[in-house]
Amino acid sequence: MSTIVQPAPRSVGRRVGRTALDWIPALAVFVLGIAAWQGLVAAFHVQEFLLPKPTSIAHAFWAQKSALWSQGIYTFKEALGGYALGCSLGILVALLFAAWRTLSSAFMPYAVAANAIPIIAFAPIMNNWFGLLNPFSKMAIAAVLCFFPVMINTLRGLTSVHPSSIELMRSYAAGRVSLFRRVRIPNALPYMFTGLKVATVLSMIGAIVGEYFGGPTEALGVKILNDSSYGNFTDAWAGIVMASLLGIAFYAVVALAERLTTSWHPSSRAFHTE
Amino acid sequence: MKAVSIKGVSKQFKAGVTALQGIDLDVEPGEFVSLIGPSGCGKSTLLRIIGDLTKPTAGTVEVNGKPAERARRDHEYGIVFQDSVLYDWRTVAKNISLPLELLHWSRSKRNARIKEMLELVELTGFESHHPWQLSGGMQQRVSIARALSFSPSLLLMDEPFGALDEMTRERLNAELLGIWQETGSTVVFVTHSIPEAVFLSTRVVVMSARPGRVAGLIDVDLPQPRTSATREEPHFFELVTQVREQLAVAGAPLGETQEPALVEDQA
Repeated sequence: MSTIVQPAPRSVGRRVGRTALDWIPALAVFVLGIAAWQGLVAAFHVQEFLLPKPTSIAHAFWAQKSALWSQGIYTFKEALGGYALGCSLGILVALLFAAWRTLSSAFMPYAVAANAIPIIAFAPIMNNWFGLLNPFSKMAIAAVLCFFPVMINTLRGLTSVHPSSIELMRSYAAGRVSLFRRVRIPNALPYMFTGLKVATVLSMIGAIVGEYFGGPTEALGVKILNDSSYGNFTDAWAGIVMASLLGIAFYAVVALAERLTTSWHPSSRAFHTE
Repeated sequence: MKAVSIKGVSKQFKAGVTALQGIDLDVEPGEFVSLIGPSGCGKSTLLRIIGDLTKPTAGTVEVNGKPAERARRDHEYGIVFQDSVLYDWRTVAKNISLPLELLHWSRSKRNARIKEMLELVELTGFESHHPWQLSGGMQQRVSIARALSFSPSLLLMDEPFGALDEMTRERLNAELLGIWQETGSTVVFVTHSIPEAVFLSTRVVVMSARPGRVAGLIDVDLPQPRTSATREEPHFFELVTQVREQLAVAGAPLGETQEPALVEDQA
């Protein structure tokens, strides 16, 4: 027997440790990028209202950190609500489409059409339907943005099962539910996570776009809009940084969940073989 | 009662290709029967018909005296494909226990059987590995362990060692014979390889090219247990020659070497 055998899966701790190590190049690029920004803005005397120095932004961020935090959290909750709603619907619809082909052919064009909605045009309508100050109006926008990538990716995962996998289950006289539970759904997980990761950032964008068309002053999007309209661009940048940080953190949490639940997947194999 | 009884089976694919025509074949319990033939002779299709994974256009198939569909529903057979069809998200142990879960075996009963099966295919110690951490030959042994885990009386094998190198293949041939003798199950084995068919089988079924028909039956009277020495016996070579000659007579017409689509259009 040829015995080129790879080691057994590493512990979760080791895997997460590897992830941290993988971040070093990205971190280096970040530091260099910020330094270049700072240097160029200083060297060419770029006006603050055009592009503030990273240090000015950091200063503004630090000065307003508690306000930014509570505004960020307010907006993040809207994003999270929309994310939960849009992603659950996306997964549910993908399951239904995968289970019933006719359902898929009847409704898929409308799912595609829903994805084609220009979200900018859609935002004021949601505000009008649910009320400017009602967080649900922003959740609805985030949900619409999240729905499609999650649905289409999950559906791809559910349906791209090797025919012999299905034959094997058939040979065991396994029913449809069993086929979904034991083959289609596990097979779809890596695909689903691709959609779920894309949706994290989309949900933040959706919530902020919604807030641009009106919302309570405790919302981050409203703060950024107000700062911009009063010419406080450095403060607006600080708000943008907050939004990005939350978006990145959200993405990272979902990416971590993916690593933990689909460590068996080829994309994680780098962690097992060195 | 026959382990497998095939009567007048024909199979036509939707595209109009006749894959099988008028197949009659009986397999006795405990036999090891190989189906061999040129590409496109429908041997894989015939195996799938026995397993009720595809329906014949005409004729009937019985497994252990039951119609093929009933037999499938009663878990009368285990199947091994050329591709091991192991699930990446399951460990070796969990892959082997898949049919047991579907049969609602209790956890303790499952674990005991997994241990037995790992011993049978000599993979003890690899239970928590994932399939992709194993070599091709080991993956195929897991696939065999899974097929046999619920002790079906019939094992269907569709070119299980076709993708393996010659040395691994010969080793697995010997292991498979050991398993066959230990479990006493009936085996129907599809292969491209003449020496493999002769080494393993008690009977070789030579099939002709499209439309697939039974062109000849050759009893393999090599003594059991067979070892690597068996492959060097003059009688082994005589039988190999006999199969080769039958195949030459049954050979594929030129330009018709494509396998027909194995999975029917579901439309």
